[in-house]
Amino acid sequence: MKQRNHHTPARGRRLLAGLAALPALMALASPVTAAPATAEVNTTGLAVTDDTVKVGILHSITGTMAISEIGSVQAEKLAIKQINESGGVLGRQIEYVQEDGASDWPTFAEKTRKLLRQDKVAAIFGCWTSASRKAVLPVMEQFNGMLYYPTFYEGLEQSPNVIYTGQEATQQILAGIDWAVKEKGAKTFYLLGSDYIWPRTSNKIARIHIEKKGLKVVGEEYYPLGHTQFNSVINKIKLRKPDVIFASVVGGSNVAFYKQMKAAGVDFTKESPLLLTISVTEDEIRGIGGENVDGIYASMKYFQSLDNANNQEFVAAFKDAYGDDMVIGDVTQAAYLGPWLWKMAVEKAGSFDIDKIREASPGIEFKKAPEGYVRIHENHHLWSKTRIGRAQPNGQYEVVYETKELMEPDPFPEGYK
Amino acid sequence: MFADYSSTELLSIFAMQGFAGLSLFSVFVLMAMGLAIIFGQMGVINMAHGEFMILGAYTTYLTSQFFQTYMPGLFAGYFFVAMVLAFLISGALGAFVEWAMVRHLYRRPLDTLLATWGLSLIMQQAYRSIFGAREVGVELPDWMMGAFQVSDLVQLPVNGLFVMIIALSIALAVYLLMFRSGWGRKVRAVVQNRPMAEAVGINTAGVDRATFALGCGIAGVAGSAFTMIGSTGPSSGQAYIVDTFLVVVFGGAQSLIGTIVSAFSISQAQSTMEFFLSGSMAKVLTLLTVVIILMLRPEGLMALKIRR
Amino acid sequence: MKTSSPLKWLLSREGLYYLALALLLAVILPLALDPFRLNMVGKYLTYAFVAIGLVMCWGKAGILSLGQGVFFGLGGYCMAMFLKLEASTPEATAHQSTPGIPDFMDWNQVTELPWFWQPFHSFSFTLMAVLLVPGLLAFIIGVAMFKRRVSGVYFAIITQAIASILTILIIGQQGYTGGVNGITDLQTLMGWSIRTDEAKTTLYFVAVAVLFLCLLVARWVDHSKFGRILLAMRDQENRVRFSGYDVAAFKIFIFCLAAMFAGIGGALFTLQVGFMSPSFVGIVPSIEMVVFCALGGRYSLLGGVYGALLVNAAKSGFSESFPELWPYAMGALFIGVVLAFPNGLAGLYRRYVMPLEDRLLRGKKTPAAAPKETTARRDDEALPDHLSVEKP
Repeated sequence: MKQRNHHTPARGRRLLAGLAALPALMALASPVTAAPATAEVNTTGLAVTDDTVKVGILHSITGTMAISEIGSVQAEKLAIKQINESGGVLGRQIEYVQEDGASDWPTFAEKTRKLLRQDKVAAIFGCWTSASRKAVLPVMEQFNGMLYYPTFYEGLEQSPNVIYTGQEATQQILAGIDWAVKEKGAKTFYLLGSDYIWPRTSNKIARIHIEKKGLKVVGEEYYPLGHTQFNSVINKIKLRKPDVIFASVVGGSNVAFYKQMKAAGVDFTKESPLLLTISVTEDEIRGIGGENVDGIYASMKYFQSLDNANNQEFVAAFKDAYGDDMVIGDVTQAAYLGPWLWKMAVEKAGSFDIDKIREASPGIEFKKAPEGYVRIHENHHLWSKTRIGRAQPNGQYEVVYETKELMEPDPFPEGYK
Repeated sequence: MFADYSSTELLSIFAMQGFAGLSLFSVFVLMAMGLAIIFGQMGVINMAHGEFMILGAYTTYLTSQFFQTYMPGLFAGYFFVAMVLAFLISGALGAFVEWAMVRHLYRRPLDTLLATWGLSLIMQQAYRSIFGAREVGVELPDWMMGAFQVSDLVQLPVNGLFVMIIALSIALAVYLLMFRSGWGRKVRAVVQNRPMAEAVGINTAGVDRATFALGCGIAGVAGSAFTMIGSTGPSSGQAYIVDTFLVVVFGGAQSLIGTIVSAFSISQAQSTMEFFLSGSMAKVLTLLTVVIILMLRPEGLMALKIRR
Repeated sequence: MKTSSPLKWLLSREGLYYLALALLLAVILPLALDPFRLNMVGKYLTYAFVAIGLVMCWGKAGILSLGQGVFFGLGGYCMAMFLKLEASTPEATAHQSTPGIPDFMDWNQVTELPWFWQPFHSFSFTLMAVLLVPGLLAFIIGVAMFKRRVSGVYFAIITQAIASILTILIIGQQGYTGGVNGITDLQTLMGWSIRTDEAKTTLYFVAVAVLFLCLLVARWVDHSKFGRILLAMRDQENRVRFSGYDVAAFKIFIFCLAAMFAGIGGALFTLQVGFMSPSFVGIVPSIEMVVFCALGGRYSLLGGVYGALLVNAAKSGFSESFPELWPYAMGALFIGVVLAFPNGLAGLYRRYVMPLEDRLLRGKKTPAAAPKETTARRDDEALPDHLSVEKP
């Protein structure tokens, strides 16, 4: 119940509950409080009744991606629960329909169809991989749904039917590289990633940015997803002696990579080379083992250790709901933002209609975000700060730097248009 | 590409690269040895091989947890206990699977492939239900994490050496068992001529079960060893399937020596190519080369000549 | 097996089974299901093409391929390339640095349409490619393997490796293939939107029609002298060889046929689903496809179709209500099919339902029943399990 004071609407609603019948004037003065008539807030046949509204949660809970997506499901459910406890959205309790994407992209598309057409959900919180989002996108656009997508991703996309609550590549990368150059005097970089679109695109952005500064990329390399033998690349790194290894290895490969780096005598705490990752969140460290990543740096917008009141409350609520041994990574936090941002857009628009939410979304601020503060940009991504964390043996990051300003999301950076 | 480096640097790098190839080799040997026994000696395709490995890995994980909680003083040595347990548990499950499933399918090798694939799905989901979908981190004792500093540039990772030693010991043990023991003689007799073996009084059903259990047990040990270098999650086992099968088939089924030779050549090829090309291309080229050679020489590197 | 007239065949017992399936797919399901569910059935049907191919090459000829996903994917990619080019008009892609090429190429700094994409501007070329690209690859693999008498388990593992190679290649060459995301955001086929309900329903009927075409081709091959030789080959390869037949040529042919069926399935899949990605090419989908065929009955063409429909329907149904249980069910299905009823649903049907039918038919003294006996029996008893052992 500690999240009760999270939002004033809870109190407001009790006060004004009896006035629900008052006409639009009242609703205008305090749009969040009185529950307006269903016909007014839902002109497009969504599943909204006088006291409930249905949303969808669409993640893989089976298959290979289940490992990554479970945190997002938990965060979204937590946010929905908290919103309900604080009075719901436009006076309506949120009910969710959860579907399993089963790590299979057509299944994602199929379930999206089901959610939009059969369940008539007012919003979908879901997807994790770019591939699943790409599969879902045409369906979202065809049936005009609204997707809140939590993962940091490669950018190069801007759909009117998606709100991207994770960072797009430039936000993570530019800040990270600038930091390494400025604070650590890095001159040479080695780019290493798993072989798929996000690392490749990220490394391209990184390369352009590095070379623009007149610095050097001394190696760029990709390994198939699931690859577990990194000795050769470790040798190459030793030979080229980069100042920074810029790593975007994902999944099981991560575990192999860091264990083998450590075994090959690379001590990250010596920072020579310094390892800067954009893919290892606290979630991943659980599988890798904190002792293997001690001293690496990560460039992201959120770390569980962020020291602010919002975050402490969020972490406590999360552990309360799912157990003390839970860890919260960047994506989990971004997933948590989804329902809240949607609620605020609905309340700003005074309607559940997708078109109105779309119009209302840009400019929405979420001051109680665990990461501090976010605002929705016209391009549907979030303004957010980027932080650099230094991994500790206990599996947590210690925040060593954060950008002064919010980073502007720029999904189509120079050279990619 | 070498112009920028001094000759000592190059020498060290080649030494390290040779070592990388050797550790890949021992990984392949570990992966393939259990499968080679099962496939080579029994003609059974065990698609759940990767899952048996992961069973060993989870056993190691549980053992490490147990030692950390109850006997932190002995933590440094837990790995040996874990490996023995991994062998026993995977082997026991293997024996059960042989009894419940595989023995009904000896005459239909392609069907064992399907049935064991089904088994692998069930095992994966079971891991997911029991241990959660996330990967678990297996903590290693400190002595296993360091590296021997041979020279400035040359470091030999302890766990790499350790994997190598395990691989070689297992290969040696299997050799002794197969070629220097009475039991091994029975296994080979069954492979070469089942009816005759039966006729001279060998309990072929028993031999089959023990062989299958042995193969699975070795997979368990391999999985246990891989916690040092790889990840332990419900679907980690799948990553090994293709490589493992290719090593065995490339070596020539029914030839354990062939498996070792093939593990050696594939690992050297791959690690050399990885050094000169990028990782993904090296993998594609290695697989492609193996497939092409297999097309030219379908019986594999070392074929056992048997008249049937 | 001579079929004196198509009409007579249709009224035979076997013909009636085909009619029943046609009735189910073309009348009952479209009437009973809403467009959304019908589209899902349409997607399952595209897997039925792979299943038919597998029945031909695994059931009838004893060649188990664990790489049918490769052919399915190639067919699908050919179609997807055509649709993507159509969607990437210079107007639609005006914001790119190179307008007129697919968006993912632009992101990867490809500035010119690669040569192998060029011909996919033409629809007729695409249709040919859907058949020929998988067919050609199958031919190459087939010649290399069967001429050298690679068979059984070895063949299975090599096809598996090929599936793995192709997946890594597609993912790695994302500038030309769309990488792990695949080729997405396909909208129209020659100006006709494939996203509307009407289009999906139309595509469903197209899939049904093409499926029957393939079924009839397969049945014709099966009942020709050629089919007999395949059976003989599967059971006693050496004897067929010693009788002077070129065993390899027969195997190559049937493998190519199966690949082409899979390619057609892939192309229709792309149309139904609206995208293509490497996740349908790899090892896991390839093995799942084998299960469709195994469940339906590896020796029965119709069984393959029902298998593909049922397994996929079960998958959707299960994962809607008990997602955690689905992998268990799937695993149990594999094991159960193999251990308990290796001839699949078709085998069960023959054993338990057909005798009932016989009794009914005999009771009514329907004349159509008598001559059919041979056909039914033939498939039924073709495969005592001990005969399907591959000889090394």
